[in-house]
Amino acid sequence: MGLDIRVPIGALFSLLGALLAVYGLAGGRALAGNIDLWWGLVLAGFGAAMLLLAWRAR
Amino acid sequence: MHPKAIDWIIMGTYFAFVLGIGAALKRSMRTSTDFFLSGRSMPAWITGLAFISANLGAQEVIGMAASGAKYGMATSQFYWVGAIPAMVFLGVFMMPFYYGSRARSVPEYLRLRFDEKTRGLNAITFAVMTVFSSGISLYALALLLRLLLGWDFNASIALSALIVLVYILLGGLTSAIYNEVLQFFLIVFGFAPLVLIGLKDVGGWHGLVTGLHAVARSQGFEPRAWLSTWGVMGSPRDNPMGVDWFSMAMGLGFVLSFGYWCTDFLVVQRALAADSMDSARRTPLIAAVPKMLFPFLVILPGMIAIAATVHGGASGLTLPRKADGQLNYDMVVPLMLGKYFPSGMLGLGLTALMASFMTGMAGNVTAFNTVWTYDIYQAYIRRDASDAHYLTVGRLATVVGIGLSVAAAYLTNRFSNIMDLLQLLFAFVNAPLFATFLLGMFWKRTSGHGAFAGLLAGTAAAAVHHGLTLPAGRTPGIKGGWIAVMHLYPSQMAQNFWTAIYAFAVCLLVTLAVSLATRPRPEKELVGLVYSLTPRERTSERRWYRRPALLGACVLAAAVALNVMFW
Repeated sequence: MGLDIRVPIGALFSLLGALLAVYGLAGGRALAGNIDLWWGLVLAGFGAAMLLLAWRAR
Repeated sequence: MHPKAIDWIIMGTYFAFVLGIGAALKRSMRTSTDFFLSGRSMPAWITGLAFISANLGAQEVIGMAASGAKYGMATSQFYWVGAIPAMVFLGVFMMPFYYGSRARSVPEYLRLRFDEKTRGLNAITFAVMTVFSSGISLYALALLLRLLLGWDFNASIALSALIVLVYILLGGLTSAIYNEVLQFFLIVFGFAPLVLIGLKDVGGWHGLVTGLHAVARSQGFEPRAWLSTWGVMGSPRDNPMGVDWFSMAMGLGFVLSFGYWCTDFLVVQRALAADSMDSARRTPLIAAVPKMLFPFLVILPGMIAIAATVHGGASGLTLPRKADGQLNYDMVVPLMLGKYFPSGMLGLGLTALMASFMTGMAGNVTAFNTVWTYDIYQAYIRRDASDAHYLTVGRLATVVGIGLSVAAAYLTNRFSNIMDLLQLLFAFVNAPLFATFLLGMFWKRTSGHGAFAGLLAGTAAAAVHHGLTLPAGRTPGIKGGWIAVMHLYPSQMAQNFWTAIYAFAVCLLVTLAVSLATRPRPEKELVGLVYSLTPRERTSERRWYRRPALLGACVLAAAVALNVMFW
């Protein structure tokens, strides 16, 4: 269909994860007992893995 | 709930991606098969996730959490009993007929197997049902946005409908499927932290168990009632659902679940988009794996919320009460989002919630435009037009489908009783469906007259049973007993399960009787449509995870293990 779905999934979750992690890092204890930071890193990792899979399958 | 800039940025980013996917797929929509069936080009992992995601609408996310609070672990029966066996049956036994017959829709399969009148009955009732379901999703989303964010009801409906319209109009079923896959991951990543933080709040799994024992005792049940599935189904009095094991196994586990998962075009359409028979058969089997784990994502939050409300938690989370003093179970997810998530995560959770409503609507609209174009317009209005003409009709049907959904949303807002009545009528129509498909696929003697008469008789039986019975504590009317009250059920759920059982039995018997009295189709016309006349596909040389029967057996074994663990 001309578009590998893993590319938008990977890009979206990398972007959302990075946004959350940076926001969590800046917010620190006020946000925390720091789900933004840790979950942001999980999302970014998932997004990067998806992009890697898409790149390997290209 | 007061989202900050970061939350709006997260929501905006997601919806920009949704529309971007539609735009990227626009050039691929060259034929009606591209638009309605994704050109039958999707790999199994995508159709599998879309299969489960198309069903992951508002009712699942908000409704199952509410049921988790109200009924506890027994709610997981809607997955482990009410979905997994039917999904395995669809993949192993039924997909070869749907996909192999090259039918473009479920009603079209009915025409190939039976006759035009059976197809017409199914197509028209399905088309009407899908636009109303889509409208109810839209209405619920607008209500939620007004409640959580203070948005205007009209603006919420207009914006949501416009987003869904644009991405389906641009990319057809492919766009809907891609966004369903995106939404699947968003739901998982948006709600998993809710469960983790919620468990921490109530003192871990041990704290949750202690809390749920207190919940059960406070409502007069034995302590394990909120943690057990089959163990408290000996009598309707022993469990908060008010159902017994037989109606659970036969009503939900067989009639209702097989009737939905094996015959509803909304989910079957995802499997028809697969790139091969092998992928089509594995679609529901792949979907069954996350499906059986979903109770831990969507039901557990409800159990955490009720435990925290009754037994107390570290954060002081308490479910609000409605005007009549009853706990408002529908507030489980919104309440936990607001209580547990700081800004940032709140944006992710809200986006997941909004995406689930929109995906439910998009799934209905894509099913509607296909059935309208192939099974109503091409069958009864203009039979021999060009493919480009049907592609245009499909796009127009998308616009009309969205328009009708908006109208249905406003109808629900103004006359909620009418919508209750319509949903009741849909339940009567759906209840006997699986009997027709079961006989059609596995008994070559079944005739078109038999199928049509069986469907009508089954629907009538459902209506009569509903009219003669009533759940305890209800007054005769829309809840039943509108003919005469001849039997009281312990709960509305028990009445629903038994209505389905009676409808199925009557449809089965009438179809059998009328088929024996009428002429069946010649056997040569039924090759590829009936089990005994269709050559078996050889799968023994494939790896185990590519063999539908073996994969299905593994999925069933895992579902049985979960049933035993939470017996």
